[in-house]
Amino acid sequence: MKTTLLAGALLAFATATSVHAQAIKLADVAELSGGGATVGTNWKNGIDLAIEEINAKGGVLGRKLEVTHADSQSNPGVARAQVQKALDAEPYVLLGPGYSGSVKVTAPLAAEAGIAQIMGGEAAELTQAGNKFLFRTSFGQQSSMPKVAKYIHDEMKAKTVAVVWVNNDFGRGGRDMVTKELERLGSRVVADLSTEAGQADFAADVGKIKAANPDVVFVYLNEEESARILKEIKRQGITAPLMGETTLIGQKVIELAGDAANGARGHVGLTTDAPVELIKAFREKFSKKYNYVPDHNGLKGYLAVYMVKATTEKMGKVDPKKFADTLHGLTIKASEEPGILMDVTVSDTGDLDRQSFLVEVVEGKQVVKQVLPKLK
Amino acid sequence: MSGLFDLLVAGLATGAIYALVAVGFTLLWQTSQTINFAQGEFVMLPAFLMLAAMHAGAPFWLAIVLGMLLSMILLGLAFKMLLVDPMMRHGVLPLAIATMALAIGIKEAVKQFFSAEASPFPSIVPTGDISILGHAVSLQSIGVLVVAILAVLGLTTLLNRTSLGHQMQAAAQNPTVARIIGVPVERMILLTFLINAFLVALASLLITPIYLAKFSSGEVLGQAAFIAAIVGGFNQVRGAIAGGLLIGVLDNLAAAYVSTQYRAAVPLIFLIAVILFRPQGLLGRAEERTV
Repeated sequence: MKTTLLAGALLAFATATSVHAQAIKLADVAELSGGGATVGTNWKNGIDLAIEEINAKGGVLGRKLEVTHADSQSNPGVARAQVQKALDAEPYVLLGPGYSGSVKVTAPLAAEAGIAQIMGGEAAELTQAGNKFLFRTSFGQQSSMPKVAKYIHDEMKAKTVAVVWVNNDFGRGGRDMVTKELERLGSRVVADLSTEAGQADFAADVGKIKAANPDVVFVYLNEEESARILKEIKRQGITAPLMGETTLIGQKVIELAGDAANGARGHVGLTTDAPVELIKAFREKFSKKYNYVPDHNGLKGYLAVYMVKATTEKMGKVDPKKFADTLHGLTIKASEEPGILMDVTVSDTGDLDRQSFLVEVVEGKQVVKQVLPKLK
Repeated sequence: MSGLFDLLVAGLATGAIYALVAVGFTLLWQTSQTINFAQGEFVMLPAFLMLAAMHAGAPFWLAIVLGMLLSMILLGLAFKMLLVDPMMRHGVLPLAIATMALAIGIKEAVKQFFSAEASPFPSIVPTGDISILGHAVSLQSIGVLVVAILAVLGLTTLLNRTSLGHQMQAAAQNPTVARIIGVPVERMILLTFLINAFLVALASLLITPIYLAKFSSGEVLGQAAFIAAIVGGFNQVRGAIAGGLLIGVLDNLAAAYVSTQYRAAVPLIFLIAVILFRPQGLLGRAEERTV
């Protein structure tokens, strides 16, 4: 009897210590192949870099972080299956996906499992459905598009605008939001062009822009398509200024489009060219590790992990059930958690408030023209 | 009107590339009854071979030469000897399915060894415009058209005006008789595979600066060229050329005047119409073999 008790006590002790030393498991589902490969690869590398740093400094509350990466193939159906598989392994927090369409179909799964999901999607509707477990790493379109429309109307003085958008959740959300705002401000949309994800040939679309002869062209496509349309715009000799979001002037777009990207402008929530010391340091670490300059998706992945760290340390324990509640309304200051790079406040809907930037591509480099302050 | 002119020029430039690829389809079909469903991937791969050469330090011109040579070895010689010859004796269908498997294999290999992300690719034609009839036309569109037309002219001259071309025609039309009169049929068939490899590598060089180098970029191209070959007439080189140009223009006009969403459907609807009312293709002839 005594022996059994002793063995039982030993077993309990051993289990307790192993639980204590156990790593905190995160699951990442990202666009590692397909049309969103640029997005997903940057996101993944950002995550890996943050985890490496955190673990090198002793982890979170003394426990190491671990992540599993799964490929959504940029396909919402595959993303859903991968997220279900990831949730079955009961992760602490789910990271990704980056595409709004994939986030839309996977968010209900994470919410049902009661697992917080920190993702890269920017479609406005994502955080408007009342999901209590969904968090952004960048601005939603409801925060960025009014700023974009205001800039087009006030600073670029555009009376007529051509809006080119990609026909998916991300593109449609941005197009609806920017069109509404432009019309409210008094700029007329003279061409409303929907394009397809993965589209290779933009000759016809650019031909239509040329025919409409707008004051400004607003381009809202994914990265590769942005590069292709920039080349085609240059090829057909359109001289109207180009305005977009992060996806028009990202590093990958500049690399792919070359000269054609020069002069394009964009509102950017996150950029590795930001005049912020911590972001400069991040860019250097990332470039050293992966041999290329990350785009904003690298930053998003990196920030997602630091959001996990800051929230967990705020709770003082690893509790997946309380995680989402703690993150709502939380303000994380870069002075206390340098990994968060810029002060950020998470709203009750999972949206972010943070300073942002207005960027122009000059000779193949992003140049920050204006810093737009945090709203609150 | 200027819009229509721009669309026609852009459509012809794209169509010229479809034509190069479609000609390859007809060549292989005529000489060896091979329907190569990996033809799109054959266009995608040479760009990556050239990129690999450039990454290894070769200048662009050398990378082009190396890429062309490697393409002819891999997509011409090796394709024929390692896949077509062993599969041919099992019939047309198993071979067609084997080429589908090859397409998947090439795509995945490029994704694995290179990257799933798109890469930029330098253009052999400088950017800029020239004025034609008062319209600014991009040099790139003109360059693509000129190179493609020269390639097709070169090919038709080879086929119709040289002894080698006549031997190839003979090998395609009646291999048994050709053998009897001393035509080295096997060598002629190999030659068509090498010509096909050259044409796809050329198409790759022309299209990749516009579409970007990406593992999946062959899918659309392969399909468009296949439709072009059927529309034009699968058993005629000139049919494939006409089909390519027609599909390129049709695709661009559909994107502009119908809708971007349905642009891919318009060539397919046209294909169905051709199959229903002129199954041999616009320029094809029923039951005839000629290259």
